Amino acid sequence: MGDIVTLIAKRLGLGLITLLIISIIIFFMVELLPGDIAQAVLGQGATEENLAALREQMGLNKPSIVRYFEWLGGAVVGDFGESIVTGERVSAVISDRLVNTLFLAAYAAVIAVPFAITLGIIVALLRNTLFDRVANVLTLTSISSPEFFLGYVLILFLAVKSSAFPAIASLSGDLSFGELLHRTFLPALTLVLVVTAHMMRMTRAAIINLLASPYIEMARLKGTPPWKVIVKHALPNAWAPIINVVALNLAYLITGVVLVEVVFVYPGIGQSLVDAVSKRDFPVVQACCLIFAATFILLNLAADVGAILTNPRLRHPK
Amino acid sequence: MTKPSRINMDRLAHEARRGSISRRDFLNTAAAAGMTTTAATGLWTSKAHAQPKSGGHFRWGLHDGNSADTHDPGTYLSRQQIYLAHTHRSYLTMINGDGSLGPDLATAWEASDDASEWTFELNPNAVFHSGRPVTANDVIASFNHHRGDASTSAAKALLTDVTDITSDGDHTVTFTLSRGNADLGWLMTDYHLAICPANEDGTIDWQSGDGSGPYKIDNVDWGVQISLSRHDGWHGEGAYFDSVDLIVLNDPNARQTALVTGDVHAVSLIELKTMALLQRDPNIVIHNIPSAGAITMPMHCDTAPFDNVDVRNALKLAMNREEIIEKIAFGAATMGNDFHHSPAQPYWPEGIEQRTYDPDQAKSLLAKAGAEGISINLSTADSLFSGAVDMAVLYQEQARAAGININVVREPNDGYYSEVWLKKPFQMVSWGARPTPDVMYTLAYKDDAAWNESRWQNERFNELLLQAKSELDDSLRAEMYREMATLARDDGGTIIPFFNNFVYANRANVGTPEQMAASWENDGARAASRWWFTD
Repeated sequence: MGDIVTLIAKRLGLGLITLLIISIIIFFMVELLPGDIAQAVLGQGATEENLAALREQMGLNKPSIVRYFEWLGGAVVGDFGESIVTGERVSAVISDRLVNTLFLAAYAAVIAVPFAITLGIIVALLRNTLFDRVANVLTLTSISSPEFFLGYVLILFLAVKSSAFPAIASLSGDLSFGELLHRTFLPALTLVLVVTAHMMRMTRAAIINLLASPYIEMARLKGTPPWKVIVKHALPNAWAPIINVVALNLAYLITGVVLVEVVFVYPGIGQSLVDAVSKRDFPVVQACCLIFAATFILLNLAADVGAILTNPRLRHPK
Repeated sequence: MTKPSRINMDRLAHEARRGSISRRDFLNTAAAAGMTTTAATGLWTSKAHAQPKSGGHFRWGLHDGNSADTHDPGTYLSRQQIYLAHTHRSYLTMINGDGSLGPDLATAWEASDDASEWTFELNPNAVFHSGRPVTANDVIASFNHHRGDASTSAAKALLTDVTDITSDGDHTVTFTLSRGNADLGWLMTDYHLAICPANEDGTIDWQSGDGSGPYKIDNVDWGVQISLSRHDGWHGEGAYFDSVDLIVLNDPNARQTALVTGDVHAVSLIELKTMALLQRDPNIVIHNIPSAGAITMPMHCDTAPFDNVDVRNALKLAMNREEIIEKIAFGAATMGNDFHHSPAQPYWPEGIEQRTYDPDQAKSLLAKAGAEGISINLSTADSLFSGAVDMAVLYQEQARAAGININVVREPNDGYYSEVWLKKPFQMVSWGARPTPDVMYTLAYKDDAAWNESRWQNERFNELLLQAKSELDDSLRAEMYREMATLARDDGGTIIPFFNNFVYANRANVGTPEQMAASWENDGARAASRWWFTD
């Protein structure tokens, strides 16, 4: 187990360096955008005098390097600063949105992961049958359509034609948990459709890959029923690639939902990132991007640790 | 005979309320639908001309909101901010449904003979949501927020002529101007000039969101939703809804779907491409209101080849505006005539001959200027308005018939107004509505204006502009604007293809006045206080 702790520590250290590099890249990308914050805030109606006064007020007169290190000085002690446009704490701007995004991701993941893996096992069991083909075609169709299109199709049938679910997922007032699940069902379902195919096909491929192994043949010769061969003998050895794909898709559920948020008017973090970029609000952009980057780093780490834990050979190296 | 369909009668009643159908037509149609004359007459009186009634929770979907918006009136920019300002704050004056100027916080106003001193009497009943009365001090502080060297307000340029603001008692405010301005009452409707409560030190408290408008804020989540409830002490008339939600719906499809499914009762903008489809839904009423917003195509009059008036006029003649309005604006526009004065503004000069598509005349003008087969770059960007790049390409084709080669340059959406506008010699620009021709001409056509986007210098035009500004005699003023329009049309450097309409929609159970203000979408952004539920 000591090895795992060392691995985690090492990977976390590397992750921090990655985050630092990402923050530098993001800072200069925001700097490179045409126009500046003052221009974006005042819009077409700005005069030179206005812009100068606003730049002064926002502290934009300092060289960009100085501003970056001021921000970094705060960030290393956990202070992400204030939004340049509104003057609000970045943590206050982002926290509600992040909770919303995590909620939607969790909602979709709770449905998608068991569904995709179960479906993967079933199609592996019934491989090359009609069911297998149909399941593959349907899931591939849903992953191949852009998610906003899937969203529109769901809205058309489940909101406009049947009015079973609301077309917009705005979270206003005090909603009970049940109402919340009902309101956010369509965006969650869209995400489920987008991520299912990937996980299901990986499960299927990983299991089928193992079916040619001698120990599976042994199990079959023993007279073990096919479902038991797959669940008890093949699946434990197939976990590593499956966990990897699941982690990748979980990261996607958090970072890739901007389009779904727009289509369903869901107040998540993707929307605030887009708004912040359009206003050149660097501290908010930086915080959102670092959250996304950290999500990928942590989930990848979790996938690697998971792969080690499910593999006795890696768990007990000689 | 079929049974009268409930929906059709609602629609008929709605047409009647809007005044687009006469009593006789109403009765005939109702009879054709199987109603008896007595029943139809009863319906005409009761339903069609129903008085606005109070109650209900109005959900209003807006097309332009950002999470980084604030309550600072100096940086009002998005529709979310502007609509909210008209819902929770007050202005000195307001534009009425019929386009005339009416009272808001000020009950009366008058100018000195040379229009350089204006006195506004405040409504003594007006109170902020906090319960404090609105006084002259609040008004002065609110205007000073936009003035002075340190001001970051986008309305600063609008108030440069104001030299002093003084009070006489709690309810009288006097503005002193460095030169006469007959339009000051109109200027007060500018969306930045909302009245906020003053602090002790003469600044304003914009942060709290307190105001003296028809609704008070219960909760703000910028870029998502703002909830308001009726301000019982409001000094104005209307505010029929008990409560209002402003919901930001930036995605056009989400906005239209929300309206179709009834998640919202009204939306501020619908897509012109799908207008015809939406019209088929009997539960939805679409309004198509000519506005003073315009698409302009300025040419730099000091840069070759646009320094030659014949070239400028050839480019104006090479545009087929009818086709552009039909294909780009889907008919929802008023044709432009190359002067920036819309029929939705006061003093609009009638009877100036409409410039039409005439490639032959354009060709002969170019020959006269020695510029046959000229090649020109036209800068545009998708973000200007829906179809901007398509319009440039369409114009390119139209101008080809006049032997003009237009090269369409697609600029980046981001930073168009800082990098391209005022810099490239020939380009497209989208202008919001301004209340009067004077404001518009002073901003973008005056010789020394910072935004003189066509760099046009015309002595007579500028002389008239200054004269008209302080002229209090309406008919004399209208004459001056007519002459200025002719000068801009025949000598100016700006092509004006069209004035865009405001196209917005509401559910059929929302009552709207017969006439609606054209200063913003949704009845001059005042739907919350002017509309009502009919059921």
